[in-house]
Amino acid sequence: MLDTTQTERHTLSVLVDNEPGVLARVVGLFSGRGYNIESLTVSEVDTARQLSRISVVTSGTPMVIEQIKQLLDKLVPTHSVQDLTVGPAHVERELALVKIVCVGDKRVESLRVADSFRARTLDSSLNSFVFEVTGNSSKVTAFIELMNSLGDTEVARTGVCGMTRGNNIDLVG
Amino acid sequence: MSKTQTAAMMPGAEVILKVMEAEGVDVIFGYPGGAVLPIYDALFKNNSIRHILVRHEQAAVHAAEGYARSTGKVGVVLVTSGPGATNAVTGLTDALMDSVPIVCLTGQVPSHLIGTDAFQEADTSGITRPCTKYNYLVKKSDRLQANIEEAFHVARSGRPGPVVLDLPKDIQMLDAPYVEHKSAAPAVQRYKPVTSPDKAVIKEAVKMMKQAKKPVIYGGGGLINSGPHASDALHRLVGKTGWPTTLTLMGLGALPADDRHFLGMLGMHGTYQANLTMHNCDFMLNLGARFDDRVTGRLSEFAPFSKKVHADIDPSSINKVVNVDLGIIGDVGETLEALLAEMEAQSFRPNDKAMARWWEQIEGWRSRDCLAFEQAGPVIKPQKSIQRLYEMTMDRDVYVTTEVGQHQMWAAQYFGFHKPNRWMTSGGLGTMGYGLPAAVGVQVAHPEATVIDISGEASFLMNMQELSTIAQYNLPVKIFILNNEWMGMVRQWQELVHGKRYSESYSSSLPDFVKLADTFGMKGLRASAADDLDDVIAEMLATDGPVIADIRVEKEENCFPMIPSGAAHHEMILGPEDEANKSISEEGKVLV
Ligand SMILES: Cc1ncc(C[n+]2csc(CCOP(=O)(O)OP(=O)(O)O)c2C)c(N)n1
Ligand SMILES: [Mg+2]
Repeated sequence: MLDTTQTERHTLSVLVDNEPGVLARVVGLFSGRGYNIESLTVSEVDTARQLSRISVVTSGTPMVIEQIKQLLDKLVPTHSVQDLTVGPAHVERELALVKIVCVGDKRVESLRVADSFRARTLDSSLNSFVFEVTGNSSKVTAFIELMNSLGDTEVARTGVCGMTRGNNIDLVG
Repeated sequence: MSKTQTAAMMPGAEVILKVMEAEGVDVIFGYPGGAVLPIYDALFKNNSIRHILVRHEQAAVHAAEGYARSTGKVGVVLVTSGPGATNAVTGLTDALMDSVPIVCLTGQVPSHLIGTDAFQEADTSGITRPCTKYNYLVKKSDRLQANIEEAFHVARSGRPGPVVLDLPKDIQMLDAPYVEHKSAAPAVQRYKPVTSPDKAVIKEAVKMMKQAKKPVIYGGGGLINSGPHASDALHRLVGKTGWPTTLTLMGLGALPADDRHFLGMLGMHGTYQANLTMHNCDFMLNLGARFDDRVTGRLSEFAPFSKKVHADIDPSSINKVVNVDLGIIGDVGETLEALLAEMEAQSFRPNDKAMARWWEQIEGWRSRDCLAFEQAGPVIKPQKSIQRLYEMTMDRDVYVTTEVGQHQMWAAQYFGFHKPNRWMTSGGLGTMGYGLPAAVGVQVAHPEATVIDISGEASFLMNMQELSTIAQYNLPVKIFILNNEWMGMVRQWQELVHGKRYSESYSSSLPDFVKLADTFGMKGLRASAADDLDDVIAEMLATDGPVIADIRVEKEENCFPMIPSGAAHHEMILGPEDEANKSISEEGKVLV
């Protein structure tokens, strides 16, 4: 029996036909039933076969998560639904661009922080930087919080994408 | 489609009809308009597909639903862009909720005008995305055939449902390739719902069945959708186990109403014995039902002592609202056959001693005779009118559709169904105005059968323009209106839940139904007193053409038994005497 009380966070990886409306179908499934989307990324991953991969981070009780997976799987353009959170070990990454506006000590400190997070400097002006940072979500969040404390910031995050470790390949079934 | 196969080129509209012929379509329910004129033009020259002209696009979908539910085939709809498509939306939603296979072709403005707010443009694929199983905006002529074939495959496979094909006018006119022969191979590869149940799961299910001391079979619309063989297999399962069986509103007819194992419908207006059997069971076998809230009542108290096995073709139905001990994914007909074979293999024997005790308890509940009513005096009891209609049509091949309201529940309670596909009602969406157009579709599919729309006067008014369709095709539909001059079900809730404040629920300014029939060249009949009832029913049945029968019933009769919203199965109100003792909780009032 599925637990209906505890809320969990899951990262799902969904392989779909890249056809018009497919993203609306996926998003509509969540909004129509009141489920959460914490992040969502989508891009074509196989041009020849016109496949896209949607990575979505969602939260809910195990009963809700199970329902979400079944509903995603039921969509006609869906080829596979992987729950990375319960599957074998997996890796997750997110990329963020962070613009920070600051001067003096704060400017020096922001560079030092960027360095320790292995962020790359994509752009600089006399009173600003644009950094690129990648990592798991908590690392990205930590970086953004530090930057926030050093100056005015603007942030763009990609949301999580992920896949399983090891030699298993998710193909069209 | 093999690459070497040469394709014939022809206008898209002709491809559309060719594919439909290959899919076995013999009738389309539709309404023309600018954006579908090329298809209408092709239909004009076509001899094998019949077109039934409805009077409103919502009715086209309900007619196709009636056709589909009574035949097991896909119902087909053809409507124009913009208002044609938006008018169809209620029907599509109805078909989605009740899992009815429909393919709906909608016209669309030509491709180059899409997105410009062109005349009669609507974002049909956007509007219908949440109310269809799947939809297409056909953009390329060379995908037309594949898209239509896939649409039929998706509509009828797995859990059936409505599919919309939005067809820009240029796509209908431009030449498109058509390859003679079934070429749906790519479609079949893409959408392949599981239909055969897992063997290990079936083994486990039978093991659980062997432990049952107070079992119940709870069957739903999946039994009907699976085809008549599923009802046949259910019959054998019930015979072999001797288990009590209840059916949902959508499942009626899957087991003959006079089978002694049948407890009647369950749920909000289900029988006392069905609901108490559910409440007290220790094992529940759900066959193609979906734990709808009309069935379960308060979830926290739903069958609290039971182990539950749920067989459903839709994996997302399992554990959606009720957590079960075992889910069986597959076609319910196949599942039943697999269960029967496995019961043989595991030498299943019903536990006679336990069953005797269980049936004794059930017969106790049954003896409360919860559907009893008294026909005293001249005013016709609505229950009586359905009971007599049932008794007087028993020797016929009869198909019943309904509208939504008290009359619908009384029909479910007092009309016995003995075969699947004989009962067409709007369950999930509860769409007033469903029954009349649905009856059109049923009668078109079964010209010789007796087709009766059991109606309420308010619901009838919602799609009564279809009288014109009925007249045009001389469809001998019998419209049996339980006229209580109220939106009875609304009035009942206002009486029970809202302190008898009858806000806007009176059916004022009704037409004279007998004269109305006359204006359409139909027979109109009226029964005003109990003594008239049999004569009116007899005359209605003896009439070759369509009939409107205005049955003036008791105006303030309530529909019982009833599980008030928010209550549990064992908290039923049995009748007016019982009403006072059971008040409706504040949480219950929020529910519908
Ligand atoms: C399209 C639509 N609008 C509103 C309702 C809400 N509703 C449910 S039953 C009912 C009254 C039906 O009245 P009538 O057809 O006379 O049937 P009765 O209950 O009197 O038998 C209403 C308004 C509905 N089910 N469908
Ligand atoms: Mg009424």
